[in-house]
Amino acid sequence: MSTPRVVLVDDHGLFRSGVRAELGRQVEVVGEADDVQPAIDLIGELLPDVVLLDVHLPGGGGQAVVQAVKASHPEVRFLALSASDAPEDVIAVIRAGARGYVTKTISTAELADAVRRVAAGDAVFSHRLAGFVLDAFAGGPTADVKPSFDPELDQLTSREREVLRLIAQGYTYKEIARELFISTKTVESHVSSVLRKLQLSTRHQLTRWAAERRLA
Amino acid sequence: MSPIAVFGRLGHDGTVEHPERWHRDQFRHRGPFGLRDRRGHGGPLRREPTDRLGGGVASGIAAWRGFSPTTVRIVFVLATLISAGWGLPLYVLAWLFIPMAGAEHNIFSKARNDTGGIRLAVGLASLLIFLLLVAGALNGGWFISWAWPQVFSVAGLALIWRNGTPEDQATLRHLLEPLGAATGDVKPNRRSAWRLVIAAVLMAAGLGWLFSAHASLALLRPLGGVLLVIASIVLAMGPWWLRIARDLALERQAKARAEERVDIAARVHDSVLQTLALIQRRADDPQKVIQLARLQERELRSWLFEGRSPDDADEELTIADGVRQIQQDIESRYGVPVEAVTVGDCDLDENLSALLAAAREATVNAAKWSGASVISLFAEVEPGEVAIVVRDRGKGFDPESVPEDRKGLAESVHGRMTRRGGTATVTSAPGEGTKVTLKMPRSVAVGRT
Repeated sequence: MSTPRVVLVDDHGLFRSGVRAELGRQVEVVGEADDVQPAIDLIGELLPDVVLLDVHLPGGGGQAVVQAVKASHPEVRFLALSASDAPEDVIAVIRAGARGYVTKTISTAELADAVRRVAAGDAVFSHRLAGFVLDAFAGGPTADVKPSFDPELDQLTSREREVLRLIAQGYTYKEIARELFISTKTVESHVSSVLRKLQLSTRHQLTRWAAERRLA
Repeated sequence: MSPIAVFGRLGHDGTVEHPERWHRDQFRHRGPFGLRDRRGHGGPLRREPTDRLGGGVASGIAAWRGFSPTTVRIVFVLATLISAGWGLPLYVLAWLFIPMAGAEHNIFSKARNDTGGIRLAVGLASLLIFLLLVAGALNGGWFISWAWPQVFSVAGLALIWRNGTPEDQATLRHLLEPLGAATGDVKPNRRSAWRLVIAAVLMAAGLGWLFSAHASLALLRPLGGVLLVIASIVLAMGPWWLRIARDLALERQAKARAEERVDIAARVHDSVLQTLALIQRRADDPQKVIQLARLQERELRSWLFEGRSPDDADEELTIADGVRQIQQDIESRYGVPVEAVTVGDCDLDENLSALLAAAREATVNAAKWSGASVISLFAEVEPGEVAIVVRDRGKGFDPESVPEDRKGLAESVHGRMTRRGGTATVTSAPGEGTKVTLKMPRSVAVGRT
């Protein structure tokens, strides 16, 4: 596979140049932006494979960029990158359409790997995001919640749960495949399906859960 | 525990700036009722922009001579009452001629060259003169003598309006807002229109009553006229007074926010800046640097995202608290990062405390022996049981040929769990890392999930 073309969106110049220097050989960084509107313009112009997107930007959240670009260029993929662990930020940017979320403390090799995965159309979950999702989808459907048009969206299958648990324990996809005696492709499809549920479920618990985590 | 508590407090070495200096500069100006230096500042007379009701003249005089601004204001109001309204043009003149604190020139030096402004001032003044002459011809009474000095006030205010700083203009706009509302300057709505119409009718009735009082000499009639005039003023000005009260409340809020910012600055200083200084001093010891950075990161996270103060007592009340505590202790004691994920949460009982103790042993074991660069600690609270998985990608071992020390540990972990009805499974192979899975059934099947 050719090296993915990447645009970096982060309001910290120091961080951008750091990532550019680290990723330089493994991906092609074609542009950088430091705020919502410049990012939207730049992405529309360059049409990169992957946008590495900071969740927090001065001119609005990262989800504003995702929503604006998705409307006109649905083929551009986003990987959210954040120093924040606040679940509502993470869930918001994923629900806006990002294909994954990793923390800024991730190692260079893992980040390059994550970019390639997202470029290939897979989902990338950090161990923390996996924990959030398990938490948010915990328990059965509740009575006070209007179910989605597709009730399957509101629940994780036991296999998906298992995969998420292993991700939360720091397993790589390859290790998960070996542990569960399935192929890496199957692991990827499970994760993509979880991502779809996370984005499409109307389960209000997701929002409520995030709000409660904030209050606790 | 903060890094300062661990490594002792740092002295000032130039790299760390203390926020208190900043703090003092920010809050040099105290409120109108605060303590003042009786001697005054000794400098030239300047208008004080920070503590102003109008042009800042009174507080300027107060700061110059060392009085309380409130005293100066009361004296000024009394003088205006005694001098039949001459205080007001005097105040406007002072506003024009005394420069703002920190400014070189007064407003008048600028207004001198503003021919348009001068024309406007003269125009407004002559309009007022005309009105007063008409009112005088109609036998206006006592307040006509009060209104004459205001010819100068109006002219002066027009000049200030044209030539003052943006702050001066904002203050004027604030003071003259009710007049603006009357002329449709402010976005009119039906309610304020009605209010002004009623006020105007009351005012006209009251003034008419007052004028005719000279002719009739009835004792009760002037009183009724005065009441009507006061009522109309209250009606016209009431909302504006309310707004001033609201602005005061907003100001207080802004002050509270500023205090919060100072608090944050202090917190950042005590934690982040101190840690950064420590990191600079320890740059030759990567392990120590990573340890410090992790410690600081965790402290900031718990403060920013979980609203927990780093000084809070670390009480283990729930599974999530316990897991966090293990993470913290292992990272600071062994310098190995622990990636902890907790799903759900519940209060601790004896069984779950035993589970946490076993998890702690397993984590310590991984930190000491595995050689892994990171340990993952995963806890999941389910309705029926609580599971904790401790996993590393370290060198691992062959469970068949376990060295004595590790067997002892496996047994102690195992023993802790089985005594309370739980299970412990250890999976490991040389070069493959180790995974310890601990499961404990929950005695009460309700909790915070």
